[in-house]
Amino acid sequence: MRMGRRIAATLKRTAVHAGPTVLGIIVLDFLFLQLMPGNAADVMATEAGSATEETVAALRHQFGIDQPVLTQLLNFLGHLAHLDLGFSPRFNTSVADLIMARLPNTLLLMVTALALALVLGIVFGAVMAAWAGRWPDRVLSVIVLLFYSMPGFWVGLMAVVLFSVKLGWLPSDGNETIGADLTGFAMVSDRLAHLVLPALALASFFVAVYARLTRAAMLEVQRQDFMRTAKAKGLHPLLIQLRHALRNALVPVTTVAGMHLGNLLGGAVVVETLFGWPGMGRLTLEAVLGRDYAVLLGVLLLSSFVVIVANVLIDLLHAWLDPRIGSA
Amino acid sequence: MTVGFRPTRRATLAGLSALALGGTRSFAQAPAVKKGGTLNFLQTSEPNTLVSLTTTATSALTNSAKVTEGLLEYDYDINPRPSLATEWSISPDGKTYTFKLRPNVKFHDGKPFTSADVAYSIQLLKTVHPRGRNTFANVAEVKTPDPLTAVIELNKPAPYLIKALTAAESPMVPRHIYEGTDPRTNKNGNAPIGTGPYLFKEWVRGSHVIYERNPNYWNPDLPRIDRMVCKFVPDPGARSIAFENGSGDIGYRTPVALSDIERLKKLPNLVFETKGTSYSYNVQLLQFNLDSQYFKHLKVRQAIAHSIDRAALLKVVAYGYGTISYSPIAPGLKEFHDPTPSPYKYDLKKAEQLLDEAGFKRGPDKIRFKVPMDYNPIGDEGRRTCEYVRAVLARIGITVEVRSQDLPTFARRIYTDRDFDFTYNGHSNLFDPTVGVQRIYWSKNFKKGVPFSNGSHYVNPKVDALLEGAAVEIDPAKRKAMFVEFQKIIAEEIPDISLYQPLYLTIKNKRVHADSLTADGVEANMAQVWLDA
Repeated sequence: MRMGRRIAATLKRTAVHAGPTVLGIIVLDFLFLQLMPGNAADVMATEAGSATEETVAALRHQFGIDQPVLTQLLNFLGHLAHLDLGFSPRFNTSVADLIMARLPNTLLLMVTALALALVLGIVFGAVMAAWAGRWPDRVLSVIVLLFYSMPGFWVGLMAVVLFSVKLGWLPSDGNETIGADLTGFAMVSDRLAHLVLPALALASFFVAVYARLTRAAMLEVQRQDFMRTAKAKGLHPLLIQLRHALRNALVPVTTVAGMHLGNLLGGAVVVETLFGWPGMGRLTLEAVLGRDYAVLLGVLLLSSFVVIVANVLIDLLHAWLDPRIGSA
Repeated sequence: MTVGFRPTRRATLAGLSALALGGTRSFAQAPAVKKGGTLNFLQTSEPNTLVSLTTTATSALTNSAKVTEGLLEYDYDINPRPSLATEWSISPDGKTYTFKLRPNVKFHDGKPFTSADVAYSIQLLKTVHPRGRNTFANVAEVKTPDPLTAVIELNKPAPYLIKALTAAESPMVPRHIYEGTDPRTNKNGNAPIGTGPYLFKEWVRGSHVIYERNPNYWNPDLPRIDRMVCKFVPDPGARSIAFENGSGDIGYRTPVALSDIERLKKLPNLVFETKGTSYSYNVQLLQFNLDSQYFKHLKVRQAIAHSIDRAALLKVVAYGYGTISYSPIAPGLKEFHDPTPSPYKYDLKKAEQLLDEAGFKRGPDKIRFKVPMDYNPIGDEGRRTCEYVRAVLARIGITVEVRSQDLPTFARRIYTDRDFDFTYNGHSNLFDPTVGVQRIYWSKNFKKGVPFSNGSHYVNPKVDALLEGAAVEIDPAKRKAMFVEFQKIIAEEIPDISLYQPLYLTIKNKRVHADSLTADGVEANMAQVWLDA
């Protein structure tokens, strides 16, 4: 009952915050995009390698950039009010279709990478804390430091060289074997094989962050009075570590993980380009380079939704982990 | 006299032997052509449309011809060969082009391909195609006396027109699908229907396009492969890896970083093809803004020209993959290219002397002036070219500040804001100087906001007259003389400094055969391509 009330309160607070946040994001993004030199018609005409005055004028008209900026913004907001993200002349298709085709791929990559980072990070952190100062801690510290200091794309590249070029175990590109028309288990294992390297590249940095956070938080908890009480009660050491130490240590880790979702979306641009992953990150990059504001605003809008939803989930998770949080 | 072409037995035999020659190596390795298999075609960027009707972006040209064919195709020297047209003739005054169309050709939806489609396509090209507006500008009307004859009537001769009819450059689209619609948003661009050897199957945005063998193709022996998968791989490193591990079969226009080629050449499974690139040569150049306070002086431009060693630059910047050119008309366009070296030889002393004469003496810090330099970001050699130019100009007392920017920013700076002094740029010559070169030097094409127009703001009435004359001159000798004179003037006045013509490599797995048989190589329909099992 109390849980239900708290969920309702969290959702209400989020809804109140989200509306203005999203509107602010749209308007600010739109205005910032206006500051970028060059427009969609310039890009299309330049890519074509040839142009005449008439074809450039036709392009400008098609993109609606022959209209005043305010009209363009109002048009966009008007469409949005009807839940219409608009049409991209560059891709000759509706923005919603473009994004919905990519969103599942990016979410799959993000969730896998985040889950991988959390699981590996927490395991590493817990092991490091349990053997603090002894050799498992030392060895893992070095590994974690390496992950922390190497850029994800470089880790990815090296993994490609090893697993894809030298050993030939894993594919280096795309999210499925194109045209293989696989079904059932074969399809799932094909998808998984394609997922491993990009998820690893995206997760490597975050593994390091969560490992260090978990280690520090657990060591902090070890010194608390309730830990001594638990030990005095004669609880099994493993149970003490998992139920009392780790659960408390998870609060800072999940807080940071929630904030990292936005970073993951950003990191996806690089990793998706590197691995030819057909996700939103690449779409974002293409939209920026193509100055396709309709698509870019759609992506930003949806990304902000993803981040907001993720934060709600993290809030709820906190409420479960530590009932004292969020009662204010 | 009528300039015509009829497929006589001798011509057919010659064509066959040319084919055999083109594939000598293939025949030596495997005596018989094999059928079936999937070709994995690596592409650097995703197209906006699969029909190159409203855009000529390379990514669209790459894919278009697989489904949508043209009237003609061309051998390596850009001599026409039959495709959808089987015979053609040009009237002596150069104003009437008559095409006999291939009978019994059907679009993928079963509708017949007729002269009405040709007439409609040419009208569309004339209005919506970025180059068609110029290429077909002189077209008065396209007559269709019968379903298999199309007659193009011109107001003025257009000697380049007969070279402009490849599938990718001038696609023949189905009239029944385009009529009454906006060609820019027509869904045929997303899921094309044409007469070509491959049927469009699917386009997964951000990932790939799949084409399948057209079992009802007008040439019953073709195509040979079952399926073509066009993968969009945006990262050059990832493309190298795909060639290395065999997941990519073919890619063109040097699909990997130039620095990677040496390494890839050592791999036994790869072949580096240089044929099939003659339909569109580029010339890379240093382009001056003639409104710049420095480069409006001829002597300053001459000094820069004296300080550039093209051979060294080609080696440093393009790893030697190219041919130096003193002319804006590429060496590959043998018919028109003037190989005379620049009158301004590599000579730093002379360069310094010219700068002194122009009034730009070395200051107390030994520097004459500081000037920003921009570069076209398409391709990875732009930055290196700027580094080279910065190094050599430092020796004659000019400090160069290199500015980097993305493509839209570059286009806006050069062609709209004109906020530049000099830039590294590249121009495609295409198949004829009137189409590819005139636009850069013709004073009437100084148009703000139009990319790859007269970006130098070069104005010379003599040059204008030569270019306009060559555009309508039907006597090849006279036309060549005009272009040679044009090149002499440009070499003297240097509104830009032509540097080199890049050599574009097609990289392929050795299991791929018969891929680059025409002037436009893998940009053509690739109907003949076949794979070792």
